[in-house]
Amino acid sequence: MTPVEETLKRIQSHKGVIGTMVVNAEGIPIRTTLDNSTTVQYAGLLHHLTMKAKSTVRDIDPQNDLTFLRIRSKKHEIMVAPDKEYLLIVIQNPCE
Amino acid sequence: MAPKQKKKSSRGKKRPKPVLAASEDMEPVNMESMGHPEIYPLVLTTKTQEIFNCRIDEDVTDEQPYKLIKKEDIFEDLRNRAAVSDFHPVKKIVQEYPGNELLLVYDKDFKYGLNFYLIATEEGKENYLNPPEVPEEQEEYKEHIPEDVYIYKPPVSKPWVSLGSEKEIEEESVTESTKQITYMISRKRSEFGAPIKFSDQNASSVKDAYIECTAYPDKNFTLKQLEKDVGMQVIPQIKDISTQTKWTYPKNATTQYYPREFSEEEKETLKQSKPLVDFLNNASVSVEIALQQNEIMNTFIDDWKYLAEEEGTFGDKTDTYLKEYQSFTDLHSPMEKMITCVSWHPTIYGLIAVSVAVRLSFEDRVHFSDKLLLQPSLILFWSFSDPIHPQLMLESPDDIFCFKFCPSDPNIIAGGCINGQIVMWDITAHADRIENIKAGGSRSKRATLKPMFLLEPESNKEAMYIRHCAVSSIENGHKKVITDIHWLSDTFEINRMGSVFENRSGICCQLVTCSADCTICFWDIRPQKPLTPQTTEKKKEESIEIPFDVPSTFLHLDLSWKPLTKVRLSKGETSLDHCPTKISLNEDHLLCKTQAQSKTEKAEEMNPYHNLESGMANLLKPIDDFCTKFFVGTEEGEVIYTDWKMEKDPETGRLMSKKPVSHHTIHDGTVHTIQRSPFYNDIILTVGGWNVAIWKEGVMTGPLLQSCCAPKRYTSGHWSLTRPGVFYIGREDGYIDIWDLLEKTHEPAQSQNICITMITYIKPWIFSSKQQFIATADYYGTLHILEIPWTLSRPSTNEMASVNHYFEREVKHLEYVEQRKKIREQEKKEMELEMAKKKVKTYQKSKEQMQAELKMDYENYLELEKTVLINLGLIKVTEKGSYMEVM
Repeated sequence: MTPVEETLKRIQSHKGVIGTMVVNAEGIPIRTTLDNSTTVQYAGLLHHLTMKAKSTVRDIDPQNDLTFLRIRSKKHEIMVAPDKEYLLIVIQNPCE
Repeated sequence: MAPKQKKKSSRGKKRPKPVLAASEDMEPVNMESMGHPEIYPLVLTTKTQEIFNCRIDEDVTDEQPYKLIKKEDIFEDLRNRAAVSDFHPVKKIVQEYPGNELLLVYDKDFKYGLNFYLIATEEGKENYLNPPEVPEEQEEYKEHIPEDVYIYKPPVSKPWVSLGSEKEIEEESVTESTKQITYMISRKRSEFGAPIKFSDQNASSVKDAYIECTAYPDKNFTLKQLEKDVGMQVIPQIKDISTQTKWTYPKNATTQYYPREFSEEEKETLKQSKPLVDFLNNASVSVEIALQQNEIMNTFIDDWKYLAEEEGTFGDKTDTYLKEYQSFTDLHSPMEKMITCVSWHPTIYGLIAVSVAVRLSFEDRVHFSDKLLLQPSLILFWSFSDPIHPQLMLESPDDIFCFKFCPSDPNIIAGGCINGQIVMWDITAHADRIENIKAGGSRSKRATLKPMFLLEPESNKEAMYIRHCAVSSIENGHKKVITDIHWLSDTFEINRMGSVFENRSGICCQLVTCSADCTICFWDIRPQKPLTPQTTEKKKEESIEIPFDVPSTFLHLDLSWKPLTKVRLSKGETSLDHCPTKISLNEDHLLCKTQAQSKTEKAEEMNPYHNLESGMANLLKPIDDFCTKFFVGTEEGEVIYTDWKMEKDPETGRLMSKKPVSHHTIHDGTVHTIQRSPFYNDIILTVGGWNVAIWKEGVMTGPLLQSCCAPKRYTSGHWSLTRPGVFYIGREDGYIDIWDLLEKTHEPAQSQNICITMITYIKPWIFSSKQQFIATADYYGTLHILEIPWTLSRPSTNEMASVNHYFEREVKHLEYVEQRKKIREQEKKEMELEMAKKKVKTYQKSKEQMQAELKMDYENYLELEKTVLINLGLIKVTEKGSYMEVM
């Protein structure tokens, strides 16, 4: 198994994880475990949000940069790990 | 002259007229006109004043304006000065004056015209000298009388007194300070009115047409700014552009788009690319940390919220005991009775029905049977409002051991007798009587409306004896006491075979009974198609005349009622059958919840029970997948799960009842309660003997929970209607044990004493969310109504889920036990095998050894024998061989 698959599978097997996806810098999904429509929706929305968050952080302090973004909602938590070219999005249902 | 002063004036005018004309020049003028006829004004010259010592301001002052002058002095003066004397005009008066001294008063104010006046009478003198109040009063009094009529006195103008207001007016007023300039312009008359022509002119072109004040910078007011505070921000380059467009009209425009996606090959290539791998390696670290954080603990949880229990508790939380609300005893019955069955009226508040039976053993019953025949066996209706007199009494041919209200119509009651008959009552005619019990005022109203009842105020309270309207056939029904009776739900009905069909009539029309003769019968209350019409008619003629006040609802059933099907609980080959005591059907729990449903059915105009024939439809749709199995509790303490569908026996061709699916012997005594939980359809509570068991339908291996033996026998039991994990058990010593599955499962959570004797029946009931009662019947015939406290009636949060969880755990435990059993068996088998193997081996081994040993023993023995015989001398050494052969 390729290291990519391995990593993603490891993340997916965590307790409570609903879905994982890898998105490129423009918001186009590369790899996903959810269905297509949901993936596209998540990718488009979260890509914008991540850009906005990144620019916010940099506006406040130009030497700072966004490393991780966590959105906690009533039903689950969305985690975004941004990079220069890609975006890793994980949706988890926290233990309750 | 005034009439009042007539007296005085007449005195004054005594002298005759001619004497007057002759001697005197003038008559003295008195002040009669002013109201004082005794006053004569006088002028006294200074000379006279000196003579009489009444000089003004010296002898006669303001304080003492009068002087008493002797008469003789006046006469002397008169003689001296004759006509010159001042007293000349009043000579006559002085002469006539009675007294000696005359009063001369200085008239400072010239009141009477002259500077002095003389008072001519003694009375006047006295009045003047003495406090003149009386004459003044008289004067005032005289003045008041004419003043009754209001005389308008016009205001007298007085001189204006300045109080400073003219200054204010002066301040406010506007006056011209300067003189106005007036111009007079004149012109030749001919020039007036000539047409005028206006023209424009530039102001600057004409000299002196205007005057201007030009602004100039004044050096005094210029400031030089030395410091400036400016904020700077770097922004991307912006360009402001604006355009103006032609706006025609609004148009709806839509766009449809699809997201950009990679194709599969692109995705593959990207997957292999190094940057992605590196990125994932880096990112997954932080992602996994975050995931683990979430797994460890939910940081956003509000502990306080989850800690809080149900808020808004009503009533005392610490109060956990059942409180005695009321108790009912029938005081009129001569024999001692016990209560066999209790049922709350499904719709009416506060009405509870109780069946009483005589408290005798079988032998005693037979012994006293003559006495018992005279006694009516009753079902009593008690109401909360009247603890002494029962509201209704339903008569039955013999003691009732169980009865039930019909769920579709609470006016129909079916009861099972001790002799095996089913008895039906219809109390529709008395329904309004029992409905209006609560309003105590209505009774007094009735008394006033019907005066004949006034003489008997107790008549309203007299309970009505209501005769039953139908009994089942004696030959075809049960032979022994009916131990349990149930109405089948109105959603289905069954036929002779036991197959289930849907019920089109919408009412409960079928009953199921079980009795001590080991049968379970299904009954239908509708008139059946008569197979032999003639015999039924004959029977009708022979039937006893029914009293007129009995409703004819079930006339068709009376004495000819046959069961639809009979299910026999056989034990197989043995002749002894199971003796059922209680049954529990699948749909039983609905009876608790039909309170709301039965109310809506009351709106029907026609009572369907009075027209039962209309509900008979030939073609009924069969219901598939209907569970026809049910639980039966027996007298021996067994719990049987069996099917009521009949099957055809292949050998005899008759309809046979099926064999039970499972049966367990759990209880040590008669099972007197089998009940489904009101919350879970497949959880059954069985109470019998000395212990309690909870079963789950479908789990055939055994009960989920089986309690250990209690010190006292359990005689009745019931689930709680609101709390899923609570049930009530009655004991034979009068205690109620309250079990709470969430609290303790090995013993009751609470135990409370209710009465001194055995509790025969427990029935809880909900009236409102705040009021719940539990009816407890005891062996001595008293019905106790207890109020369930808040803690026992309100389920805690998630109680249903917790109890469900508990049951699931128990099921799993049972399964585990089963599995363990299997494993154990397997292990046992294996062990046995091993043991057997071992034994076999050892056996084989020892066989050879044994043989060898035997041989050796034998040889030893031979040698021994030889030596013995040689020693005895019986055998010679040479004869040994033949002796051996002989042997």
